[in-house]
Amino acid sequence: MLNYPTELKYTKTHEWVKEEDGIFTIGLSDYAQDALGDIVFVNLPEVDDEVTAGETFSDVESVKAVSDVYSPVTGKVVEINEELLDNPAAINEDCYNAWLIKVADVTDTEELLDAEAYEQVCKEEE
Amino acid sequence: MKLLFERSKTDRAMNLIPPCEVECVSFDDSLLRKEPLRLPEISETDLSRHYKELAKQTHGVNDGFYPLGSCTMKYNPKIDEEIASLSGFTGIHPLQPEESVQGALEVLYETKQLLDEITGMDDMTFQPAAGAHGEYTGLLLIRKYHQSRNDTERVNIIVPDSAHGTNPASAVMAGFKVINVPSNPQGGVDLDELRKAVGPDTAGLMLTNPNTLGLFDPNILEITKIIHEAGGLCYYDGANLNAIMGRVRPGDMGFDCVHLNLHKTFGTPHGGGGPGSGPVGCKAFLKDFLPSPIVMKKEDGTYFFKTPEKTMGQVRSFYGNFLVVVKALTYIKSLGREGIIEASSNAVLNANYLMNRLKEYYDLPYDEICMHEFVLSLEKLKHETGVSAMDIAKGSLDYGIHPPTMYFPLIVHEALMFEPTETESRETLDEAAEIFIKLRKMADEDPEYLHQAPHNCMIGRPDEVTAARKPVLRYSFENE
Repeated sequence: MLNYPTELKYTKTHEWVKEEDGIFTIGLSDYAQDALGDIVFVNLPEVDDEVTAGETFSDVESVKAVSDVYSPVTGKVVEINEELLDNPAAINEDCYNAWLIKVADVTDTEELLDAEAYEQVCKEEE
Repeated sequence: MKLLFERSKTDRAMNLIPPCEVECVSFDDSLLRKEPLRLPEISETDLSRHYKELAKQTHGVNDGFYPLGSCTMKYNPKIDEEIASLSGFTGIHPLQPEESVQGALEVLYETKQLLDEITGMDDMTFQPAAGAHGEYTGLLLIRKYHQSRNDTERVNIIVPDSAHGTNPASAVMAGFKVINVPSNPQGGVDLDELRKAVGPDTAGLMLTNPNTLGLFDPNILEITKIIHEAGGLCYYDGANLNAIMGRVRPGDMGFDCVHLNLHKTFGTPHGGGGPGSGPVGCKAFLKDFLPSPIVMKKEDGTYFFKTPEKTMGQVRSFYGNFLVVVKALTYIKSLGREGIIEASSNAVLNANYLMNRLKEYYDLPYDEICMHEFVLSLEKLKHETGVSAMDIAKGSLDYGIHPPTMYFPLIVHEALMFEPTETESRETLDEAAEIFIKLRKMADEDPEYLHQAPHNCMIGRPDEVTAARKPVLRYSFENE
């Protein structure tokens, strides 16, 4: 059973977002990690890079395919999860702790969904 | 099986390398290795057995059915190898004077003429070494064209979401930004979305037609018109040309440049048997930007190399993979004008035959007459039985079939993409259909068996995750 914590927001492109004191933490949803299968490589931006809402900022590679990851927000990267570069499997193990990047100075956001609405999106994709 | 290094015994000599025919030159000590090279020492008998053993572990089109979608794994006629082995082709050097290699230049010229006719283009380069290299070269043509008009705002390349993965990658490599356009419910390009995506920033479009669903886009003339009206150019990804070769020409669909995969459509070896060749053709208004050199013919019938006026430079050394061009020319001339059309017709017929045999057993998300390939979706099967596209693909290995392409195109979930090619008989297609029907039944009866497949191959299911995460890339010597 896939899990969508209610305290997070989601995008239609299967990223999750958590906002705390103006810092937006971004990761991949349970649906995304399940659909991708075993992730073997994660490509992350660098600290101080700009990300734009709706545009790719990362790509993840699984045994099946390489997929783009889209930024839910426009802003500046203040931290990346370097641990993922050595251990991409962490996303499969616990996708809500294995965040990708943290973004500050956010000026714009994509349409963000709550857990219930997002679960509906996932159901429709199936 | 043992590696060559594991078979090595000190001082076990062999004489495969002939004595040196030219004067030996000694180097200054500072340029010499401090330790000898670590090469395996092995007898010719053991070496021969080693490679024979490796050959037994492979699967090529000479071993069995090979329906790997969008790869066109057709049979490569032996006459191609015979002609390409002629000493007049193998014994020449790329720096020889033009007048001493007129035959080789004639091969390049004649192949160019024939492929220009097949694609509806006006000129062609043979430099690119394979498909993605051709895409990159084609995109540089588009870039050069816009630059020559001082039109520097055009930075976007439009790519539909069903495109081959190399298309967006090549566009980024060539310095463009990729704009994705979604497919319409029929699997073609969504025209409204395309109209929204174009503008003064549009450099061009990359498209394969038929697309990766194996469907010919009926709106193709409208698509290329939309791009041209926006000031962009249209690039044809020739990976799927085998469906239309001799019947429809990319040039007549409105494309300005194309790449071809000689190793797919024109019967030259593919994959490990390569190398490939990805010639790029273009309309006359782009020919001055082509890579240098291009073969031309003088009025007196002799051939020469020319540097195009505003050339992008070279994209590879010399003239590309020349012997592959020799094979492709042999293929085209063996088939002839009628044979080329018959080949593509049979490729389409074979795909439709197999599709219709399988669609009662598997979901066919785009149920239309297909071109040279078709895509099944195993999403429902996975939900119901837990058996995935991967499991069915692995299961087919037990029956001596190379799996179809898996998990592509991305717009179809749990995809299996079949391309039987024209070279398979009805009997082979029937056998393959029976095997895939059997695997489908097995998914209901014994899913666990399929999760573990293959059972009868040299190796079972390799741990792909560990192989990707912790690849062993070289041999570790004992004393390291």
